[in-house]
Amino acid sequence: MKLITDFRNSELSLRLIRKIEDESVSECNYSIMEVCGTHTVSIFKYGIRSVLPENVELISGPGCPVCVTSQGEIDAIFRIVNNNDISLLTFGDLMKVTGSNGENLIDLRSEGKDIRVLLSPLDAVKTAAREPDRQFVFVGIGFETTAPAIASALLEAKKMGISNFSILPYCKTMPEVLGCLLDDPKLDIKGFLCPGHVSVVTGKKIFQPLAQRGRAAVITGFEPLDILSSLLHIIRQVNSGDYCVYNNYSRVVDNAGNEKAVQIMNTVFKPSPAFWRGLGELDGSGLGLKEEFSAFNSLEKFNVKVPRINEKKGCRCGDVLKGYIRPNLCPLYGKQCTPENPVGPCMVSSEGACAAYYKFN
Amino acid sequence: MEDKKITSALGSGGKSTNDFVKDIICKHFGNNILENLGDAAYLDMKGELSFTTDSFVVEPEFFPGGDIGKLSVYGTCNDLSVSGAKPKFLSFSLIIPEGYKFSDIEKIVESAGAAAKEAGVQIVCGDTKVISASGLKSPLVNTAGIGVVRKKLNDYSKIKAGDKIILTSDIARHGMCIISKREGLNIESKIESDCADLNPLFEVSDYKGINFARDATRGGVAAVLNEISDKTDLGFLVDEAQIPLRDDVKYLCEFLGFDPLSVANEGAALLIVDSASASQILDKVKSVKVGENAALIGEVCSEKKVMLKTPIGGIRNVEMPVGELLPRIC
Repeated sequence: MKLITDFRNSELSLRLIRKIEDESVSECNYSIMEVCGTHTVSIFKYGIRSVLPENVELISGPGCPVCVTSQGEIDAIFRIVNNNDISLLTFGDLMKVTGSNGENLIDLRSEGKDIRVLLSPLDAVKTAAREPDRQFVFVGIGFETTAPAIASALLEAKKMGISNFSILPYCKTMPEVLGCLLDDPKLDIKGFLCPGHVSVVTGKKIFQPLAQRGRAAVITGFEPLDILSSLLHIIRQVNSGDYCVYNNYSRVVDNAGNEKAVQIMNTVFKPSPAFWRGLGELDGSGLGLKEEFSAFNSLEKFNVKVPRINEKKGCRCGDVLKGYIRPNLCPLYGKQCTPENPVGPCMVSSEGACAAYYKFN
Repeated sequence: MEDKKITSALGSGGKSTNDFVKDIICKHFGNNILENLGDAAYLDMKGELSFTTDSFVVEPEFFPGGDIGKLSVYGTCNDLSVSGAKPKFLSFSLIIPEGYKFSDIEKIVESAGAAAKEAGVQIVCGDTKVISASGLKSPLVNTAGIGVVRKKLNDYSKIKAGDKIILTSDIARHGMCIISKREGLNIESKIESDCADLNPLFEVSDYKGINFARDATRGGVAAVLNEISDKTDLGFLVDEAQIPLRDDVKYLCEFLGFDPLSVANEGAALLIVDSASASQILDKVKSVKVGENAALIGEVCSEKKVMLKTPIGGIRNVEMPVGELLPRIC
């Protein structure tokens, strides 16, 4: 099986599109939300909206880990870099996010700060071990997809007795934010495309509350056939009123999830309050470090508190993240806020709704 | 000799410099114009000339499929070729960090010399400078190139709605090769750069029916199409299913979250051709090695947008790539 090519098959895609047209009831408005940045991009990349009937509406929700990181958390990164002689290790997407003073990490790198892009948190630990004379700070952002790898890195660092390595504990988890979206009276979401890679770790169970509260929930991959077939499943659930969590990405996702990954996460992290851009503080939605790993907390090590910062004036990233508005309805979109000069993170991150909208629309 | 290092003496114009020029530069670039070793070269050329310049800062300087030497020569020649000129003469200047391995410089010069021979051009002048340890880890190269114009292929007014687009090679190999070899990313891949001389495409087709050409270097195919759309009142409709793309390149792009259309190439050009002669030109292009994977990928349209038809029949925009390509998180 060719895991990319076969799932982009045009003939099968057309058949699914026809079924979606046939089975969607014209009087029903199927508003379907995705909560994963890669889904945001895939939907745009394949032009999926352009082949769906008008009453099937795809809404982008809070699925991009960079976008939901608060301005205060971003500013704390800059405070640590500017006030200490450290090497910052980060995922690529964060390089273009601006601090409150308008600078981003690419600017700081060009001013001589040691800022390096990595693909894996485990590489971060190896780097710190190779250069014991430098202090390394890793920006630990992500959801359940990334948290186990970050936890593994910390376990490895502890085992090796490394003291020149710490992380900014910015990981967040999905269940609380899904609950928040369901509680929001302004949103009338009939079904969710559930994030494929988060599900690899968590399995089906974190999405059960969606079905229990009368919404379709379909775990979905990232190719056109994955997305189109999931949309068909959601439409069928809405039509029948029979809601369940369906794993439509079974070639990758095990219903039970990855217990070992969850165990590793729970060894290092504990649920903590977290501030989500656009959504505010959600109890238990963040992953804080357990006491025995507090030496690896960059905020404690460098004595920095995450400030509470107001959004930039006019920026409606919060409303875009909640799915209240399409990106082009933000007053700054395409004018003061463009990919070259982004104001908010939805435009910065390659998987942000605004960046995707701008790039592909 | 393997361990001999470049010192500042080499760039200071005295004996070291002379020895380097005689023993290394002339050995690998050797031609009677260069060997005169004057302050400038005399070139006897007839007809309208085309002139280009380029600088090369690629890191790492040695990569699968080539090195900075080969890249500099082909890159400069390609700028002339896609402008409709037959490349003839190049300049080649090196800026070398002090302490760099002598044997590596020789490899780079040898590679450049081999590329020049393959491309049928002469490197007739140049310069060598050494800079003291400044954070520069590998050499920089600057070139200039002169060619004789055969047909002007830079004229936007020659492009019309209905013209077809030929992409002369599979894409994204050079950019993904370089990214996979960058320090810190730890990616094992066998992708090699597509660095190659594009002139055979024009020799074989004799420029007939080709209205415009551009090579898809930094910013890839997406940048070229957007640049053209920007300068004209026209747009493009490209069929994604027709774009030649190797599986391993496709998978690495997917893994890192890169759009292959935005990734750099060093051996791929876009030819905008008369619709009537498109399939004939395609056949000719495919008959030479550098064009063996060529494909007809779309056409010029009157709506001022660069659009892509996706495998599922959807249509989406192809925007101008912005800034550095950064790998995604999850």
